[in-house]
Amino acid sequence: MINAVGRDIPEEIIKATGMQPFKGSFARNGEEYKKAAPTVRPRIDPTESKLVDSIADVLKKCGIRDGMTLSFHHHFRNGDKVVNMVMEEVHKMGIKDITICASSLGSAHAPLVPMMEDGTITNIQSSGVRGAIGEAISNGKLKGLAIMRSHGGRVRAIESGDVHIDIAFIGAPTCDEYGNMRANGGKSDCGVLSYAYVDAQYADKVVAVTDTLVPFPNLPASISQVNVDYVVEVDEIGDPAKIATGAAKPTTDVRKLMMAKYTTDVVVNTPWFKNGFVYQTGVGGASIASTKYLGEIMRERGIKMGLGLGGIAGPMCNLLEEGLIEKLVDTQDFDLTAIHSVATNPNHFEITGSEYANPMNKGAYVNRLDYVILASLEVDVNFNCNVVVGSDGVISGAQGGHPDTAAGAKCTIVITPLLQGRIPAICDECTAITTPGETVDIVVTDYGIAINPRRQDLIDCLKKTKLPIYKIEELRDMAYAITGKPEKVQFGDRVVGVIESRDGTIMDVVRQIKPYEWD
Amino acid sequence: MNPNLTRLRRTMMFLNAQKPSLIKDPYIYKPDSIMLDLEDAVAENQKDAARYSLYHALKEIDYHGVERVVRINGLETAHWKEDIRVCVAGRCDSIRISKCESAADVHAVETEMEKAEEEFGVEKGSILIMAALESTKGIMHTYEICTASPLLFGVALSGGDYTKDLQTKITGTGVELAGARQQMIIAARAAGKQCFDTVFTNLDDMEGFRKECEMIKAMGFDGKSIVNPRQIAITHEVFTPTQKEIDFAEKVVKEVDEKKAQGIGVFTVNGKMIDIAFYPGAKRTIEMAKAAGVYEGDL
Repeated sequence: MINAVGRDIPEEIIKATGMQPFKGSFARNGEEYKKAAPTVRPRIDPTESKLVDSIADVLKKCGIRDGMTLSFHHHFRNGDKVVNMVMEEVHKMGIKDITICASSLGSAHAPLVPMMEDGTITNIQSSGVRGAIGEAISNGKLKGLAIMRSHGGRVRAIESGDVHIDIAFIGAPTCDEYGNMRANGGKSDCGVLSYAYVDAQYADKVVAVTDTLVPFPNLPASISQVNVDYVVEVDEIGDPAKIATGAAKPTTDVRKLMMAKYTTDVVVNTPWFKNGFVYQTGVGGASIASTKYLGEIMRERGIKMGLGLGGIAGPMCNLLEEGLIEKLVDTQDFDLTAIHSVATNPNHFEITGSEYANPMNKGAYVNRLDYVILASLEVDVNFNCNVVVGSDGVISGAQGGHPDTAAGAKCTIVITPLLQGRIPAICDECTAITTPGETVDIVVTDYGIAINPRRQDLIDCLKKTKLPIYKIEELRDMAYAITGKPEKVQFGDRVVGVIESRDGTIMDVVRQIKPYEWD
Repeated sequence: MNPNLTRLRRTMMFLNAQKPSLIKDPYIYKPDSIMLDLEDAVAENQKDAARYSLYHALKEIDYHGVERVVRINGLETAHWKEDIRVCVAGRCDSIRISKCESAADVHAVETEMEKAEEEFGVEKGSILIMAALESTKGIMHTYEICTASPLLFGVALSGGDYTKDLQTKITGTGVELAGARQQMIIAARAAGKQCFDTVFTNLDDMEGFRKECEMIKAMGFDGKSIVNPRQIAITHEVFTPTQKEIDFAEKVVKEVDEKKAQGIGVFTVNGKMIDIAFYPGAKRTIEMAKAAGVYEGDL
C-alpha cells in the first residue's frame, strides 16, 4: 500500500505489525485513546530493601524469561555500559527472544551482535542504530524486526501500549537505596534522564543501575523512588570520556561556516526572530557555528531567545549565561558545559521525553518551536529527509527528535552539504524516508538554499535577502552534474526494519541489503 | 587583447590537481582564481595521475567564471612539456611557470604552448601565462620576465624557495621578503603587468594574515596566493575598494569629466585638492569595484 509520502508498504508488514501506513503528519490530531498502564508490585512493608547485589540477581527477582521486553536509555551515548552489562547476564542465563526497547543504540553496543545471531535478542526498537548493530540488522541477522522510532514516537508507543516494557534498566549517575535517581553528582554524569522517565512510569519492573550510591534522599530526583522496584550498585555504568566531551573547538571548515551563515541569515530574516523566540539546534559543526552567528546578531539587535529546547551543548549554555536566552529546557546533554549548566543554572530545566516531543500528549514543547535547525543524510526533491539509512542501504543513523521537531516548528531548517562524500545529499528519492517533506521548510547546503514551495510566506520574506536561493531541483541538478545520477541501492526482499512515524504509522520500511548485481 | 590579461585577481587559491574532493567545486568559495597544482603538491610517481585528473576537471567542471590557472612542473624536470599538452588540451585559462628565471624560460613555455595549441586546435593566445619567481635570479630578472611575452599577465613571488636561495627563512616579520617584494612590484608595474604575493601558511594566525594582506596592498600588489578558503574573505575585504573609496572615486571621475569640459584643471572634492592626475586611480577604483561586484553606481 502506498502511504502519504509515496512509499510502498508491504501488506505482510501491515498485517504482521498491526500498524497503518502513514497518512500525514497531523492525521491523528485530536484522536482520543486510552493510555496503557504497568503492573505494579507495591511495597507497603517499610522494612523491605530495594538493594540487590548484582544484575544477575535482579534479573531473577524481576522474573526474567524468554520473550520479554527490556528497556534502556541512551543518555550515556557511546560511553554506555549498562546495556551490555545487563545483556551479558541475560545471555549467560540462556534466555531467548528478547526485545530491546532502547531510546537509542550506538557503536558501544556492538557486543549485542552475537546475541542477535544466536537468538537471545530477536527484536530491537530504538531511535536508530549505529555501527555494528545497524550492519547486522541490515544484513538480516535479527530474526524479528527493528523498529526505528523518534524520541517523541517512542514515548507515544510506550504510553499507548504499542510496546509494553517488562523490565526497565535505568542507568543512574547517582541513586539512593530507595531508587531516587539523578543525572549529576556521580562518576558518569549525563546531566538529565529525560528519555528514561517514560520507562520508569510504564515498565512493570524498574531497576536503577548506579555506580554512585548516595545517602537518601537523592534530591531533586529526575526519577522518583515511587516508580523504582530495585537498585543495583555496579562498578561502572559508563565511560565519562565518551559520555560527554569538553568544549568542541569551533569549526574552521569554510563549507560548514558558509552553511552556518546561510542558516543564520534565514533565521534573522523571518518574522519569528523577535524577543521570546523559541529555538532548537543540533551539535554539528554548522549548527554550532550558526548558534555563534545568531548570538552576534541577537547582541547587535538586542533580541533575546525566550526558550532553547532539546539536546543541549555548550554554545547554547553560554548564551543562557550571557542572558541572551531566558530559559533552556533540556532532554539530553552533549558536553560537560551542558551537564554543569543543567545542574547549576536555575533557568536550565530538565524535561521528560513526553514533554519534549510526544505527539499524542496534550501538547509537547516541540509544538512551541519557532525554529529548529536539523541535519540530514539525504533530502529528496519533495523535501522528505532520511536520517536513518545510509546511501549504501545500511541502517546507520537515528531519528532522534528529527521528525518531532520538524512537525512542531514554524520554520524547520535542514542543513546538509550538497555532496556527502561522493553521494548527492539532494536527490530524486531518498534511500528511506524518516521525516516527511510537508514538515521541512528550508534546506541549506554549501551551494545555496532551497525553500519548500508550500511555504510561500518564507519565499516572500527571503527573496529580499542576498541568500543564494534555488529550487530544490536546481540543487539536485548541481549535485548530479558533479557526481552523475547515482544508481539506486539494491535491496533484497526481506523487510528487516520499520521506520515508524511519530504517530505510530509506517513511514517506510528498510529491507535487507544484498551484494550488487550487474545487469 | 585577451581581456583576461587584466582581470581581477585578488586571490589565487592553490589546489592539488590530483585531489577530486578539492578540485570538484572550489568555485563555491568564490576565489578570483584557482591554481591547480601539478608541481610540489603532487608526488613524483603521481604526476601522470594528476594530469589525468586535471584534464577531466578542466573538461567536465563548470568553474563558474573562476580563473583556472595550472602550475606546471619546473623546466628542469621531465614533466613540464607533457603538463603543457594537458593544460592546452583541457583549455585552462592560464599556465603558471614554476621557478621562472629568465625571458628564455617564458619563451620555452610559449613555444611548447604553441605546439600544443596546434595539436589540439586551440586558438593561439587564448591561454595566458604567469611566472612564479622563486629564486634570487628570478627576482633580479623580473622586468625581463614581465616583458618577455604579451601573453604573460603577471608574476608571483614564491617566498619559501626564494628565502632558501637567499639563505634565510620566513621569519613572520616580512623583512626577508622586503627586497624581493619591492623589486617585483616596481618591475611589474614598469612592464604594465600584475604582481602577486606569496602564500601565508599559518592558518591559526588570521590577524597576521590580514596584516600581511594590508601591507602588500599598500605596496601595490594586485593580490595574494592563498592555501585555504578561510583566507578568501579577508583578502577580498582588503583588496576590494571600500564604499567610502568608491564614493570618492566616483566623485573624482564625474568632477574631472565635468570640469574638463569647463576648462577647469584643479578643483576640490570633499575638501581635497584634485587634478587630472587623480583620474586614472579613480577610474581603477571604479573598475575594481565593478569587477568585485560591489559597484552600484552609474559610471
